Amino acid sequence: MTAGTQLVALCTLVRKECTRVFRIWLQTILPPAMTTALYFLIFGNLIGRRIGQMDGYDYAQYIAPGLIMMQVITTSYGNVVSSFFAAKMQRHLEEMLVAPMASWAIVLGHALGGMVRGLAVAAAVTVVALFFTHLHVAHVLVTFSVVVLTAFVFSLGGLINAILAKNFDDVSIIPSFVLAPLSYLGGVFYSIALLPEFAQQLSRLNPILYMVNAFRYGMLGVSDIDIGLAYAIILAFAALLFGVCLLLIRRGTGIRS
Amino acid sequence: MLALAVRSLVKTYPNGVQALRGIDLEVPEGDFFALLGPNGAGKTTLIGIITSLVNKTSGEVRVFGHDIDSELALAKAAIGVVPQEININYWDSVLNIVTTQAGFYGMTPRAARLRAEDCLRQLQLWDRRRDTGRNLSGGMKRRLMIARALMHRPRLLILDEPTAGVDIEIRRSMWEFLREINQAGTTIILTTHYLEEAENLCRNVAIIDHGQIIERGAMAGVLRKLGAETFVLNLREAVAAAPQLDGYAVARTGDHEIEVEVTKDRSLNEAFAALTAAGLHVVSMRNKSNRLEELFIRLTARSPRPG
Repeated sequence: MTAGTQLVALCTLVRKECTRVFRIWLQTILPPAMTTALYFLIFGNLIGRRIGQMDGYDYAQYIAPGLIMMQVITTSYGNVVSSFFAAKMQRHLEEMLVAPMASWAIVLGHALGGMVRGLAVAAAVTVVALFFTHLHVAHVLVTFSVVVLTAFVFSLGGLINAILAKNFDDVSIIPSFVLAPLSYLGGVFYSIALLPEFAQQLSRLNPILYMVNAFRYGMLGVSDIDIGLAYAIILAFAALLFGVCLLLIRRGTGIRS
Repeated sequence: MLALAVRSLVKTYPNGVQALRGIDLEVPEGDFFALLGPNGAGKTTLIGIITSLVNKTSGEVRVFGHDIDSELALAKAAIGVVPQEININYWDSVLNIVTTQAGFYGMTPRAARLRAEDCLRQLQLWDRRRDTGRNLSGGMKRRLMIARALMHRPRLLILDEPTAGVDIEIRRSMWEFLREINQAGTTIILTTHYLEEAENLCRNVAIIDHGQIIERGAMAGVLRKLGAETFVLNLREAVAAAPQLDGYAVARTGDHEIEVEVTKDRSLNEAFAALTAAGLHVVSMRNKSNRLEELFIRLTARSPRPG
């Protein structure tokens, strides 16, 4: 297939994934917005008033970027896991595998589908946040690039999970026991400056800390970590996970017997 | 030109099961080819390797000269596959299922929409184009999978038991459709449990058992290897015992019914003459079983079991 026909195949896959996301928006877009509204109500307003300011911002304003990013991470990962794994279990993934689609197009198509859902959720969660706090964007380009790259990284992570998963337990373990703890401990609700030195160093091993802080820098202009380092880590993860996905699809791991 | 050339193909699954034990197979362009074998013989594994859904252990597969190791995209582009198990997206519409498949082959949305109308009309599914996959009957799902496989105009169509669970009327209309696309130039490889289907449709046949080809050749030639055929005769007169006919094995199966085995060196005329001489008149006659079925049972029964 030529580059042109590969592009058609890629667009077909992205369209298919987007159609799925928006057809079942009650399952894909609305729940994260609802959850975030509860976070803002409980942590932002009720408890947040007692906490006072953090890094010069109201607590509700401080946690807003982290909450948006947490939902982007969860939903972009979950979107690709559920879409790819369901296609694998119902065997209609074979439609794609028998076609002369390049491995990169299969990987990129699923990643873009996950990103679209992540960004749609980010938009919905941002609208919800505006009901509870004032938001401004300090660095538009940083805000946008970080959210796009983070959605890309976790979509690829979801794809790896779905490729390797053999049963439904395999697709629920990572979100529950890895992603959720890393997100909650990734500086969504606090600045790591509040932690003892050992815990601060430990937190720096958590890649989500860099994504949350880079996004917070984009929106509020404050960050616990160096923004250049955050970009380097996000880009490194994006390249690494894309390479792993490509390798797995080319080898047929988990999808060919 | 060969539509398919398979050489020394071996597949051993990670659990140690050797599904294919050195398959050699050639299917000429334009052929209507039957691949037969009992359950677990290796047919679906062979098709899986040809369509790149299963990784081979060793051997070579070429589709219209394109090696699946070095020119996989070209080989894939030439193949349309209808799998044994239903593998459509139950939540997607009929139209979306076929146009999405076409898109994966690089067909633009406009071209895919036009082609979809052709394919769905040919398979009597156009009126159901807005229905989701889960709302189709079993026969419709099978026809949808054929329409989906034809969207990119494959030169080689592989059908793995396409008429399983389909009623006889739809099965016969599907046969007619397959004959038409074969006559239009599409090479077809068919696996089926309905041996009558293979005998009616296919020009060449290979029988696979325990991962090896145990018989191959032109359908007519393979059938000639069948030494004898059994006929069921209904008689006007009641018989208390099987009549004695020289050179024929005869069994009584009812008051008015006998079975006569006719070997290839004898003829039915001689049997009728002998029956008439014995004062018996044949009212009607039928084959006891499909000829290919008899051969298939004989061959697979004597095929060596793996050690």
